[in-house]
Formats: sequence, C-alpha cells, structure tokens
Amino acid sequence: MTMRRLINLKRAEARRIYLTYAIVIAAYIICQVMSSTKFLSSSMRGMLVPICAYMVMAVSLNLVVGILGELSLGHAGFMSVGAFSGVATAILLQGFIPFAPVRLAIAMIVAAVFAAFAGFVIGIPVLRLKGDYLAIVTLAFGEIIKSILNNFYLGVDSQGLHFSMLSDTTRLLPGGKLIIRGPMGISGIQKIATFPAGFILLMIALMIVFNLVNSRSGRAFMAIRDDRIAAESIGLDITKYKMMAFVMSAALAGSAGALFAMNYSTIVANKFDFNTSILILVFVVLGGQGNMLGGIIAAAVLTILPEKLRSFSEYRMLLYAIVLIVMMLATNNAEIKEFLSRLNPFRHKEEA
Amino acid sequence: MRSKTKYVPVPSKSILPERDAGRAPVLECIKLGITLGGIKAVEDFNLTVGRTEIVGLIGPNGAGKTTVFNLLTKVYQPTTGTILLNGQDTHGMDTRQVNKAGIARTFQNIRLFRNLSVIDNVKTAMNNEMNYNMVSAILRLPNYRREEVAAHRRALKLLSIFDMQSMADAPAGSLPYGAQRRLEIVRALATNPSLLLLDEPAAGMNPSETADLMDNIRKVHEMFQIAIILIEHDMSLVMNICEGICVLNFGHIIAKGTPDEIQNNPAVIEAYLGRKKEA
Repeated sequence: MTMRRLINLKRAEARRIYLTYAIVIAAYIICQVMSSTKFLSSSMRGMLVPICAYMVMAVSLNLVVGILGELSLGHAGFMSVGAFSGVATAILLQGFIPFAPVRLAIAMIVAAVFAAFAGFVIGIPVLRLKGDYLAIVTLAFGEIIKSILNNFYLGVDSQGLHFSMLSDTTRLLPGGKLIIRGPMGISGIQKIATFPAGFILLMIALMIVFNLVNSRSGRAFMAIRDDRIAAESIGLDITKYKMMAFVMSAALAGSAGALFAMNYSTIVANKFDFNTSILILVFVVLGGQGNMLGGIIAAAVLTILPEKLRSFSEYRMLLYAIVLIVMMLATNNAEIKEFLSRLNPFRHKEEA
Repeated sequence: MRSKTKYVPVPSKSILPERDAGRAPVLECIKLGITLGGIKAVEDFNLTVGRTEIVGLIGPNGAGKTTVFNLLTKVYQPTTGTILLNGQDTHGMDTRQVNKAGIARTFQNIRLFRNLSVIDNVKTAMNNEMNYNMVSAILRLPNYRREEVAAHRRALKLLSIFDMQSMADAPAGSLPYGAQRRLEIVRALATNPSLLLLDEPAAGMNPSETADLMDNIRKVHEMFQIAIILIEHDMSLVMNICEGICVLNFGHIIAKGTPDEIQNNPAVIEAYLGRKKEA
C-alpha cells in the first residue's frame, strides 16, 4: 500500500525521467539506422560521438549548476583531465587488451577516477566560496588545468612510466615512447570511441544523475541550493554534499572527455579552454537548469548548428549568435512554453 | 521516540559536576552573551528550560530574541557563557552538530526548500537517520528502497499531524502562508529534536489561524513530549500556552516568571508601554 502510494506521488516526476530515457533511446535508434543506411552525411556521422560527449557534459554540469545551484566555469578542465588520462590509459593498454570496446571502457573508468580526484582537490578550496566568487575560482582552475597539461610530458619505456613538467626530461630508454608531449598533446590516437559507446555512457550518466537526485543526497543538494541556512539547521553537512555533487560531476565530465578524445587522432589541452566551459554552460542554461533532457537537446542542436551554418561562411558565427538569442528568448516565453507543453503527450493525465 | 536516560560525564568545560542527564533540564544557558559589532546584543542571559516545558521569549523589537535563537543554534558563536543541552556542553559545536544534539528551529522569515515538494522538505530533514550510501542510491539497492519507504511513511505521518498529507506532492513554495509556517514546524520535528525553537510562528496570521496554531503547538507538545521555546509578539498566544515567560529588553533579561507574574511586572509594562510620567 505504502509502496504504491510512493509510486503514485512520484508519478509526475517519474514520467519525466522515463520520457528522457525514451527520447534518448529513440534518438539513438534513429541515428544508428540512418547512419547504417548511409542517410547521414559523413560529416554528420563524425559528429555523433562528440555530440554524445557534449550531452554527457551537459548532464554532468547540470548536476552542479541546476541541482546544487553553484555556477562552475571550469568544467572543460575536468573534461581535459579525463581526456588525457583516458587516452594515455588506452595507449598503455593497447598491447594487453586487443578488444577495443573493453579498452575504451577501462579508459573511461580511469578517466572518471582521475577527473574525480581533480574535482576533489579543486573542491577543497573552491567549495568554501559562494556564488560569483566560486564561479570565478572554478574559471581560474580550468585555466590552471589547461596550463598544467600544456606543460606535461609522459613517456613509457621498459622501466615503466616517466613524466616531467615544462620540458621533456623523461630520458626514455631506446624503444620507449613519449605519450603526452606537452603543448603537442597526444597524437596517433586510435579512434576507438564509437556511437554505441557514447550512447551507453549517456545512459549511465543519466541513470547516475536521476537516481542520485531522487535519493537523500539529491534532496540534500537541492535543499542546499534552495536555502543554505535552513539546510544547516536541519543538520545537513553542507561541505560534504557540495563535494559529493562536485566530484560526481567531475567524474562524469572525465569519462565524457575520454570518449571525446578517442574520436580524434590528435588531442591538445588548448581544445578544452574557457570557450568550451562556456559552451557547456550554454547547453545547461538553454536547456533549463536542472532539466536533463533540455540540456541534452541543447547540446545536440548547438553542436550541429555551426556545422549546418558552414555554407553561410563569414556570417556563420553571427547567425549562430542570433539563433542562440532567439532560442533563449523563446524558451523563456510563457506562451511558447504553454504551446510546447501542449505537445507533451502526458499533459492531460497530469492535470486530471 | 526518545533515547533512554543514562548517566553521562559532562565535559570539563562545563561548570557542573557529573549529573543525571536524563533528569537534567533540556537546556541551560549560563551567562550567555555575544558582542556584535561592538554592541552587546545579548548579555548575561541565564535560562533553564525543563524537559517538557513551553517557554515564551518576548520583548520589544530589537531586544535580542532572535539573537538568542541564533546563539542556541550556533549561527553565532557566543562570546561569553555556556550552553548546556541535555546536560552536555555545546562549546565548539556548529549548527549541524547542535541539530544532531537535539535543537531544531523555525525561522522568522520562512526558510523552506521552495522548489522541493512538501514531503521532500520533510524527508530532507530525516537525512541523518538514513544510512544508505550513494552507491545504493544509484543502483537502487534494497536498502535504498527500504529506507526510502520508511522515511516516506514517517514523513506522511508527521504531515498528518498538521493535516497536510494531501499537499505532500505540491512544491513547498506554492503553499499558502500559514501552511508554509506549519511545514517549517513539521520539518523541524522530523529531525527528532528534544528542544524546538519557534521564531514568531504566528507572524502574519489572522486570529483564527493563530488559534489553530495554538492547538497545533499544544498537540505537538503532548505528542512528542519535547520542550519548546517560542518567540512571539501575539500576547494572547504567549499567555495561553507558555508555562514560563522570559522578557528581554536591550539584550538583558528584565523579567522571568509565569504568565500572571509577567503581566503584572512593572519592568515589563515599562519596556512595552514606556515609563509613566510622574504627575
């Protein structure tokens, strides 16, 4: 009886969650069919994996911005930590695990662990701050990560791993291989990231975030967002929960970074700069803070849009900006929202 | 609902020797004081509250009533004095630890988690009695389901005290004003306090709502057998339900006693109405 009541009460929310899963699965099937029947152009096919990675980034940042309510401007930093640690792992494992999907999975897990660690270390000073100050410090840490990776050298030889900072002083034995070459990044990456892998990662990210949000931790995140003082007065450990959300978000960003990087043959730290952080934030804001499906759709649209506008050559970024402004205005318009909600197939049941 | 009485040694910072924590008053403030920006906002505040007492804290605006609450809940750390909670020194605790030790409060300007549903507001307050971890939550393991169902049941039961179970699913921010105040009390009760601090619970309520609130406070007091301190400007409410009243003015206690004593106390009348002009 109680369990059924619990389900009933949560029905509206559960429906939104299942709708999100359903749309993601449907979109995956359609894209998969279209790409196998050569209906998609090759440029579009090449964008499937980056789109998945950006979607995971949007979900991951939404956990911090939408659920925890703290603005983070350095999310690309965690993506790059994941990208570099993931790709390095994949290269190191090349000889041991010939089966690419397993190598990819291990690389993504390692990437998540490294990014989570980076998130933890950065979280210690950052989460003592509030609001704008927190945002600016995350921005700074994003740039710090970029600078560190731009000056990081990692090589492997028969004696094991060697690394150095600023210049290549790894002194590898003959037969050794330099994996990360500072500003040159990593080159010669095997493109083992696939669209199905991206889809699975997105589903896992959604499952983690949705299940976390509907648990005591998620309630604590949202309580801290809504009223910090009240949250403290009912005995919530603010620092612990902020850290939990931040680290989880960083871990997801890390595995998205690994997926993203293994879709290209070369990856450099400058790819994950402030612009990327802002782009991910735009996905979240455009899709609606705390709205996972919105962020996912925004990520897809804003990744495809610049490509589709390529034919307008020099007016491309101008058009992109105009479309962005129009979309922002439209999604905040009450009448348009009303119109969109009319398209929702569950709407009548919810009202009843 | 309450833990069993037992002897506990009191930390050395306390000024009292080992004593019976079970029979000790729930709250003892000894020479409590705080200086805020050079002003002694509260000074020499001594108050003892029994296990199941309802105490009113009254005084003109700016007398330091809410500051006392902020001291008790460690929003401010006192500059002088000791707070003993169930015989235990709260020195060095923060807001969260004081809540765990048994103080829950409501706020003068309502502080609900506005975007959470009513029931989630209550369940959030039960966070510390749930044990499942993040992994069980993500994988929806059996202990997650068990604890969530138990919490849900208890939250509904608590809401039903105030006849709010029908609103369980509505966002807390959308409730009418009176219901928001009631929800704040439910949320505070969900943390299993031994002392409940109510900061102007009747503010902005009409007389019939105030009467309902009075009944509700009595009901809570009877059901949970806890001590309550309430700050209130509505004298009929205070005089009706409080067993003891403490009057503050300019950060000092000017009178303590039963409602009858307070009503006839010249110092209190002076604080509220001003000094009578000598003819």
